[in-house]
Amino acid sequence: MKAKVLLSLILLCGGLAAATARAGDAAPAASAAPPACELPSYLLTSESQLPKVADAIKSGKPLEILVIGSRSTTIPSSESSSYPARMETILKEKLPASEVVHVSVEIQSKKTAGETASTFIKLMEAKMPTLVIWQTGTVDAIRSIDPDDFRGAVTEGVTALQKAGADVVLMNLQYSPRTETMISAQPFLDNMRVVAQEHDVPLFDRFAIMRQWNDQGQFDLFNPSRGPELAKQVHDCLGRALAQFVIDAAHLEPAQQQN
Amino acid sequence: MTIADQVTGSTIAGTAGAKPAGTKPRAAAPAITLPAIGERELRLDLFRGLALWLIFIDHLPTSLLTWFTIRNYGFSDATEIFIFISGYTAAFVYGRAMLESGAVIATARILRRVWQIYVAHVFLFTIFLAEISYVATSFENPLYTEEMGIMDFLKQPDVTIVQALLLRFRPVNMDVLPLYIVLMLALPLILWSMKWKPDVTLGLSVVLYAVTWEYDLYFSAYPNGFWAFNPLAWQLLFVFGAWCALGGARRMSRILASPVTMWISIAYLAAAFYVTLTWYVPQLGHFMPKRIEQWMYPIDKTDLDVLRFTHFLALAALTVRFLPRTWPGLKSPWLRPLILCGQHSLEIFCLGVFLAFAGHFILAEVSGGAAMHALISLSGILIMWGVAWVISWYKRVADKSGAKTKNAVGNADLAGGG
Repeated sequence: MKAKVLLSLILLCGGLAAATARAGDAAPAASAAPPACELPSYLLTSESQLPKVADAIKSGKPLEILVIGSRSTTIPSSESSSYPARMETILKEKLPASEVVHVSVEIQSKKTAGETASTFIKLMEAKMPTLVIWQTGTVDAIRSIDPDDFRGAVTEGVTALQKAGADVVLMNLQYSPRTETMISAQPFLDNMRVVAQEHDVPLFDRFAIMRQWNDQGQFDLFNPSRGPELAKQVHDCLGRALAQFVIDAAHLEPAQQQN
Repeated sequence: MTIADQVTGSTIAGTAGAKPAGTKPRAAAPAITLPAIGERELRLDLFRGLALWLIFIDHLPTSLLTWFTIRNYGFSDATEIFIFISGYTAAFVYGRAMLESGAVIATARILRRVWQIYVAHVFLFTIFLAEISYVATSFENPLYTEEMGIMDFLKQPDVTIVQALLLRFRPVNMDVLPLYIVLMLALPLILWSMKWKPDVTLGLSVVLYAVTWEYDLYFSAYPNGFWAFNPLAWQLLFVFGAWCALGGARRMSRILASPVTMWISIAYLAAAFYVTLTWYVPQLGHFMPKRIEQWMYPIDKTDLDVLRFTHFLALAALTVRFLPRTWPGLKSPWLRPLILCGQHSLEIFCLGVFLAFAGHFILAEVSGGAAMHALISLSGILIMWGVAWVISWYKRVADKSGAKTKNAVGNADLAGGG
């Protein structure tokens, strides 16, 4: 509820300040962020921290990142343009050249948070990541799982990941204006925020970010076209935002970043 | 004029005729009293109309107008107003029918109303189905392959449609009518019990509410989950509305008139406002004791949180106190649109849900943007007003030609609410 109102306020401000400029095509390889990706800084910062990521980078250990997600973590038939891959590229650019960054992706499509969380112990034993980015909520919203059960499942999952020794970033649902009248996202957004606060885990607010882009006119998320272009551009921006978010939450000093 | 009269309107000059409310021939039911037939209680229409507008605005995506809806200033929102007034008016109309024509006739009339609401719900579902099918066939953006999973139910229309007819499959924003159907189905029982002992009935309602919370009772939904408005909890407001209509309000008049009640209400509303303020201005959250936060959150809408219920009570107490039934503003042309909408609540509610669908659709198909958004909200409200006007025009014309059959049963509109 809190989150909902906050979000509305943020969106209101965003809506009032709506810029009409529509950004052109983004060049995915360029290291300077394309203008379409621009975001107000509050969407990219978190009060919670990522101490293990910070330690790994300071001590020069490899940074092993595991992205656990559902179908919206990928773009069908163009894996290398999805946000985990884009994040890996950007992190490699931003971190010192000596730093080894490896991102692996675990897609559990059509699985609820509860079903996904039950696989975490085995998954963590196999991968031993420094950081887990857990994207969840969409399948639960589609199936309208009881929000209390959802919160319980996310809590359980986050605890399991933390116990296994990893930093955790939670990522919430996509902003999907076309299905807004059909999928009730709000309870799931709210509950993820609550869990993030309770466990001091950074929440990457994908919903607010995409909504910001749509409202500002950077991306037209209503676009019905079948082509993969829009998805690629959005994922590129998401990957950049996520990389920035991780660096920020790890509180890296400038010396540990290239730019 | 006392507060009691303001609440129940029992002594409006010239309408009650020679008989004060308490002396109707009702030997069978000494436990409840009804206000006199006569002038409509315009405040009920006004606030129900207001609730309908607010529900419409809340169903659209967030915009500037959303900030004028009461849910941003406290715990309760338009739904509470709506259900309470529906309980009040339903008990008012059908309670009279039960006293005058007996339980069988009253039940029959209630069931007819339930049927109307049910048909309205199915009608809205059809529109929803059309919209969702359109989106499913025209929208194939690879960014949203996952979200399109919501269309999976189109693969089994047989199951889905049957579940919708059973009120178990209810898309987003279509939760209020099923709640209302269930509450109306229970109305004969509620009225019958009120006729016996109103206070015991209210007590039973509180018990059911408490049991629902204690044992986590709910109505299951399809394909899973539960009803977004739990009828077992929301019945409390409905029964409370009925109890007020059947004499409870008058008996509470001393409490309502007391300055203590007024100050408690004001203090509570102010506290609730402060809490809501902490949602917008998180810095204020530091002044919020952790223990209170832990006790308070989450404020549950599904099961009508006690905080929401009491917030509504405080609002209602102040409204009754400061907005007397004889307030001249009620006749002002400026409030006419609201009152008109409130007088045809079932039709206008359905229209509002439809307009919200249509508004989403226009925002999606034509263009978004703040200006378009404001235009849609505004024209939606104008359409609601226009249609309400047309409906009352029809009624006036129909009344002129068929007055004999109409008048005897009281005004069925008053019992609307869906």
